[in-house]
Amino acid sequence: MHEYLIQGGTVIDPTGERRADVLVRDGIVAAVGEGLEPPDANVIDATGCIVAPGFVDLHTHLREPGKEEAETIETGSRAAAKGGFTCVVAMPNTDPTQDCVSVVEFVRNQGLAAGLCDVRPSGSITVGRTGTQLTPFAELAAAGVRIFTDDGSGVQDPLLMRRAFEYALDLDIVLAQHCEVARLTEGAVMHEGHCCSEFGLPGWPSIAEELMVYRDIELVRLTGAPLHILHLSTAGSVELVRRAKADGLPVTAEATPHHISLTDELLAGYSALYKVNPPLRTMSDVEAVRAGLADGTIDAIATDHAPHAPDTKERPLDQAPPGMLGLETALGVSLASLDMPIADVVAALSWNPAKIAGVDDTHGRPIAEGEPANLTVFDPNETWEVVPADLASKSKNTPYVGVQLQGRTRHTFLRGQPTVLDGAPQR
Amino acid sequence: MKHFRSIAEAGPDAVRRLLDLADHMAEVNRRPNPKVPALRGKTVCNVFFEDSTRTRLSFETAAKRLSADTMNFSVSSSSLNKGESLRDTIETIAAMGVDAFVIRHRSTGTPWQIAQWTNASIVNAGDGWHAHPTQALLDCATIRTAFGRSDGFDGLRVAIVGDVKHSRVARSDIEAFSMLGADVTLVAPKTLLPPFTDRMPVAVTTDLDAVLSEVDVLYLLRMQTERMTEALVPDLREYTARFGLTPARVPRLADHALVMHPGPMNRGVEIAVDPAEIPGSVITQQVTNGIAVRMAVLFDLLGSGSLPEATS
Amino acid sequence: MSHPKQVLGPDDVRRAVTRMAHEIIERNQGSVGVALIGLQRGGVWLADALGEAIDRIGHTVPVGSVDCSLYRDDIGLRPVSPGSVSDISFDVDGATIVLVDDVLYTGRTVKAALDAVTDYGRPTAVQLAVLVDRGHRELPIRPDFVGKNLPTSSDEQVVATADGVTISSGER
Repeated sequence: MHEYLIQGGTVIDPTGERRADVLVRDGIVAAVGEGLEPPDANVIDATGCIVAPGFVDLHTHLREPGKEEAETIETGSRAAAKGGFTCVVAMPNTDPTQDCVSVVEFVRNQGLAAGLCDVRPSGSITVGRTGTQLTPFAELAAAGVRIFTDDGSGVQDPLLMRRAFEYALDLDIVLAQHCEVARLTEGAVMHEGHCCSEFGLPGWPSIAEELMVYRDIELVRLTGAPLHILHLSTAGSVELVRRAKADGLPVTAEATPHHISLTDELLAGYSALYKVNPPLRTMSDVEAVRAGLADGTIDAIATDHAPHAPDTKERPLDQAPPGMLGLETALGVSLASLDMPIADVVAALSWNPAKIAGVDDTHGRPIAEGEPANLTVFDPNETWEVVPADLASKSKNTPYVGVQLQGRTRHTFLRGQPTVLDGAPQR
Repeated sequence: MKHFRSIAEAGPDAVRRLLDLADHMAEVNRRPNPKVPALRGKTVCNVFFEDSTRTRLSFETAAKRLSADTMNFSVSSSSLNKGESLRDTIETIAAMGVDAFVIRHRSTGTPWQIAQWTNASIVNAGDGWHAHPTQALLDCATIRTAFGRSDGFDGLRVAIVGDVKHSRVARSDIEAFSMLGADVTLVAPKTLLPPFTDRMPVAVTTDLDAVLSEVDVLYLLRMQTERMTEALVPDLREYTARFGLTPARVPRLADHALVMHPGPMNRGVEIAVDPAEIPGSVITQQVTNGIAVRMAVLFDLLGSGSLPEATS
Repeated sequence: MSHPKQVLGPDDVRRAVTRMAHEIIERNQGSVGVALIGLQRGGVWLADALGEAIDRIGHTVPVGSVDCSLYRDDIGLRPVSPGSVSDISFDVDGATIVLVDDVLYTGRTVKAALDAVTDYGRPTAVQLAVLVDRGHRELPIRPDFVGKNLPTSSDEQVVATADGVTISSGER
């Protein structure tokens, strides 16, 4: 196996920040220190770069099985590696749904075959994500599933959700909720606010998210089971989570790069590229979400990477599916949008989500001798623009074309092997 | 002007120019032979993804009076039922040689999407809840003619009554009336208003009787009966009692006040009297003016160019 | 653009209009069946002035106006700028129509006006009166009544109003 010397960078990990070279050998970090000079190592230039534990995405739609025309586990993994990710949690809204061991194992094995990042399948909370019958939590947990969610929709039935929390208690799993009271968002295309009133588009009110955030926080208070809130998007939700954490409840939350960078005004041109669920909100929501990340109310930046084939995004707005790409732009959008120390942004992309996903035995680790070499090297100052043809993702539904992003992945290592070198995927 | 998709996008200069042009077209329409050669050799395609016989006929008549060739495509006769995408449909028709698409679609925003796939001009004949700008123009033309107000609508008081929330007519009328200087009041319960109205150039009330005697124009919107099932109003009887033009309300209108409606009317709901018995009803003039303003729009889009004006 | 040079003054214009009025009556052996139609926009004032001059010599003719922007052969090339609405409130069928314009140049506007007027009916005859004929015809069109023949080059501009006729040269 090759040796790699990552030379001249600044290491940022859970223990702090320091100038150091990193030697990678046999899948692990073999040495960390200044002025390392191993004779046989391939030297990887990290001048001006940050060397960090690989990023972990709590929220990736890989579309396989079912919608391979939009993304496959291989193309999605490649996009993840290009974005600096070494682990992604695959959302369960596939076809068939990730609601049984066979589908979950298929996803994991496809990830292993691609070999570009760790693919950790989530499981759905209810069979077929229909909101009526719980999936076999214990059996799935035994197969390695840690996060359970019906993402794409929220679990509407409060009784069923209470039972899910109660049943989850002894299984070391996390229920992750897509918070949306469906009855309040029927036909909704964009955030309910001044813009939707003017644009003549059906609105998705903030309260539809906040009611479910509130309900589930109270169910956590009642049952004691942990809750992770997916793609939190409103100022009200941030405040609810802030209070829940102050009360010591086991609640975590994520926010997407687009909810810290884009607003509902962008729907003015009626492009479905800006249609996401939950929808792009107002500037005051964006600022509240940014503040939530800054003060730790929101634990993680998660992409909600949602590839869609071009013809589906060309449908009329009310018929186009919601979602945008995220893996390759997450870092660039985050650093461009957040006024936070780089180490805090890295925490939100790496070790914080690693803990929530239960992968903190191998990802988001300190960069120290003997640790697994799941690493990313990025230039925090490089400004760049997305070129759709260069995207590794099979789909091109990103709204960031023509937008200046800041911070770009240079190299990514998965278990000591480079998956990306100088921005180029290695397989 | 390349497209005519919303009043706001067109802007005040274009709205005034189109209204002036509509006067010319109205004169053409009064002639024994109401046809001019202006758009010979141009092809206008009416693409209607939602039923609207009257709007389609109005556009078709307008195009023909300007000597344009017309094609009609409606969803019932289309291949959309066979799964063809909107883009493929538009690109296929465009390949036959089309200078302007007149688009009606139940989804908001489609005229903007379609403009990306063709070089033809796009006329919005109604998209979702969003805009129906030729309706707003014909409403302006009707008010302008009735009051002789080609200078604009400064000081004119207009009440728009009913289901503003789901109404592309209301959104375009609000933009156009206020652009020309009118004071617009929306009369509707909160359930029938857009979620936020405080940044719109309107006043809002639920009390029709409080504004009835003060308005110069009473604009009644169509109340779609399916709204009942969405719990937006309790029932039609209560709607008519609060927001309908009832026989008791007619005499309380000012003598000069106009009564307008975009059609088709729900008799007994928003208008609970025979329109023929309303002195200020200009509902049929609206339909007549529709042809003239649509001629103006088509001529402006297809008959203008970038060379300097001729001197002789 | 150079400073405009005055070719005719207000009195010259008045005299030319009076002379043309006499010529119109003379040519048509009176005013029976004669109607004036000014071309939007520059011909309208001249049609009105000719109508008044004819009035002063004891005859009365109806005066109308026509906007021929819907008949031009350069539709699609230039901006659309509506003038005033056509106003022909008399019967064109069987009438002798005198088209009136301020300046005759390429002849294309007159051609469009001929098309426009014949859409209102079938005149017995159509005649053409212009205050200035500046040459450069691109169509076989010839005026019947002319205030002044004015040789110009095609980059010059001619402005003809009741206050006089000016010519200015050079690039615009």
